[in-house]
Amino acid sequence: MLSIKNLQVSVDEKPILKGLNLEVKAGEIHAIMGPNGSGKSTLAHVLSGREGYRVDAGSAHYKGLDLLEMAPEIRAREGMFLAFQYPIEIPGVNNTSFLKKALNEVRKHRGEEELDAIDFLSLIKKQMNLVEMKEDLLKRPVNQGFSGGEKKRNEILQMAVLNPTLAILDETDSGLDIDALRIVAGGVNKLRTPENAFVIITHYQRLLDYIVPDFVHVLSDGQIIKSGTKELAYELEERGYDWLLEDSEKV
Amino acid sequence: MIKENNKMTRDNDKNIAMSDDQQTIQNITDQDYKYGFVTDIEMEAFPKGLDENIVRMISAKKKEPEFMTEWRLKAYRHWRKQKEPKWPKLKYSEVDYEDLYYYAAPKKEAPKSLDEVDPELLATFEKLGVPLEERELLAGVAVDAVIDSVSVATTFKGKLGELGIIFCPISEAIQEHPELVKKYLGTVVPYTDNFYATLNSAVFSDGSFVYIPPGVRCPMELSSYFRINASKTGQFERTLIVADKGSYVSYLEGCTAPMRDENQLHAAVVELIALDDAEIKYSTVQNWYAGNKEGVGGIFNFVTKRGLCAGNNSKISWTQVETGSAITWKYPSCVLKGDKSVGEFYSVALTNNYQQADTGTKMIHLGKNTRSLIISKGISAGKSNNTYRGLVKVNKKAENARNYSQCDSLLIGDQCGAHTYPYLEIENPSAQVEHEATTSKVSEDQIFYLNQRGISTEDAVGMIVSGYAREVFQQLPMEFAVEAQALMSVSLEGSVG
Ligand SMILES: Nc1ncnc2c1ncn2[C@@H]1O[C@H](COP(=O)(O)OP(=O)(O)OP(=O)(O)O)[C@@H](O)[C@H]1O
Ligand SMILES: [Mg+2]
Repeated sequence: MLSIKNLQVSVDEKPILKGLNLEVKAGEIHAIMGPNGSGKSTLAHVLSGREGYRVDAGSAHYKGLDLLEMAPEIRAREGMFLAFQYPIEIPGVNNTSFLKKALNEVRKHRGEEELDAIDFLSLIKKQMNLVEMKEDLLKRPVNQGFSGGEKKRNEILQMAVLNPTLAILDETDSGLDIDALRIVAGGVNKLRTPENAFVIITHYQRLLDYIVPDFVHVLSDGQIIKSGTKELAYELEERGYDWLLEDSEKV
Repeated sequence: MIKENNKMTRDNDKNIAMSDDQQTIQNITDQDYKYGFVTDIEMEAFPKGLDENIVRMISAKKKEPEFMTEWRLKAYRHWRKQKEPKWPKLKYSEVDYEDLYYYAAPKKEAPKSLDEVDPELLATFEKLGVPLEERELLAGVAVDAVIDSVSVATTFKGKLGELGIIFCPISEAIQEHPELVKKYLGTVVPYTDNFYATLNSAVFSDGSFVYIPPGVRCPMELSSYFRINASKTGQFERTLIVADKGSYVSYLEGCTAPMRDENQLHAAVVELIALDDAEIKYSTVQNWYAGNKEGVGGIFNFVTKRGLCAGNNSKISWTQVETGSAITWKYPSCVLKGDKSVGEFYSVALTNNYQQADTGTKMIHLGKNTRSLIISKGISAGKSNNTYRGLVKVNKKAENARNYSQCDSLLIGDQCGAHTYPYLEIENPSAQVEHEATTSKVSEDQIFYLNQRGISTEDAVGMIVSGYAREVFQQLPMEFAVEAQALMSVSLEGSVG
């Protein structure tokens, strides 16, 4: 579903991703861990088409499409979803209207009929339960004045409504209390099907107790220096990254 | 709930791919004026230019009583002595007032019902998305449509008549209700007021007249669509709305214009009068041709709008959404004469390309315990200039006057300008006046966030702008709010890369 080969990306002439390779197949959950500043968010942004990054080499294909050639909204309509590390506030724009617009863009793209307000509201009510979100957040402007945890839940609600094929969650667990963490993880698990895939960026093994990954990758200085199964996450939790860095330097 | 959704979504499905370069929010529109077509209705025009004879001819043509002819002539003579004002923030080529036609009207006689309306005109309204018959049926809006200078369609007259409400072309009011016109015309905007208002007083062609009798709540939104049509015809509408004691009326004014390559002058005057306990809500959506992307052509819009809260506890509220015109010069104002009277001004002014807008309000506090509220949202894109100019004046005798002003500017790109000039003249120490101002930019983060949810850049900007201006849109009647947002989106098309 997602195939990244030798991806090299720089920002303002500064190389950030330095030859990154990653293969994600349908039905899989991949966790990406790694020290601060190693390039995890950069990867998520480049994959979803944010401006300001220069691709120096390599390729990224999604469902066989050349991802890097596509406008960000087309990637989204093709089923790519990014849960932002820092969700953006859009003052005055009603959360429900925003979500309805987003969903209808995706549906239009797929040749499906747009949902009217009534159908949409019943859908959203259902998905709200999934993330146990307070209803009044729907009536408020997008993310405006939301607490950190509320913003993250709102991201997951959007994911639940848009039902993406490939979802990238950038530190969705940061800033969540234990209950919220469980709820968000539960949401992901319920959305999981053999047809979709998740890339979960996190610093904490804790989340992986709830969402069990098929693979764990360590991103360091713009490269994946180690891949393994969920046991790797435990090891990282215990030993940190230093031993890995030393190992990779020896190689 | 559906209404709320309608407000925020737009069925504009253009997918504009992001340009390779990083100037997401810079490029300039290539969008042609969507409503740029000309209605093919025969026009009857007087010779070009202006003298006493033309003024007399206009008055005679309209079979006006003597007092009107005299009033017009006084205005004309006063105008001859005036110089066109020069405004610091507006730049434009001078208008040649001798090269304009001062009167134009469709040749055919005014019809009595929609069936008699020129099918061409109905088709025009259709193209504008304003089908009269639908409005009539669905929205319960009484429409007094003005094409150029003479009203050609009036509906719901009977229903309003039963309540004693008068809603008709002002030319008709002058003939049939001369006592009302004589009593109120020029009492809020005297013919000596300013260059454009003086010119209007001399040559005004038509417009609307509304009178709401004491204690009557007008059961529907009154609406009038103006449209500049005859080439080189200065437009001089005159509107007079009187809300008698304890009455209420909401009036909507909206317009679009066909494309023209020569500047067209528009100098309208609107006078509102609210007596004791009366309330007038006046809403405008203005989308006249703004000129092409090089800044050529477009309407010059010099409008004088003023409301007089004559009675105690009266209230006048202006709401405007300004997206069109090459130049807009407009300060809907309130004179708060009655004790405890209230004035409100809600404005969204959007400029793009080379448009210039100098707009704002004046709140003149004369009575005791008077209150005013100003919410102004400027949006500048392209190379445009958007100026807010507001005056809050509290007279010596206006005890306990209160004003709150919020003037925000939103910039799209970095080649446009936003300017705010709040003037205060406070002569009474008991006044409480608060002013807040912010300037913000549409951020790339916001656009990317919406892109990542499948929303095109153009729609994203539309959403962000609508969100920013929400406080004002909320003041508009529902149907109008939808229309206003659509017009804004049209105006912003292509303003981002
Ligand atoms: N616009 C930018 N200009 C300059 N440097 C940037 C820019 N964006 C990212 N970087 C740099 O790229 C590196 C990788 O940043 P990134 O946000 O991808 O890290 P991360 O792995 O997500 O870190 P964290 O765990 O703290 O979220 C950092 O050193 C960061 O400072
Ligand atoms: Mg990060």
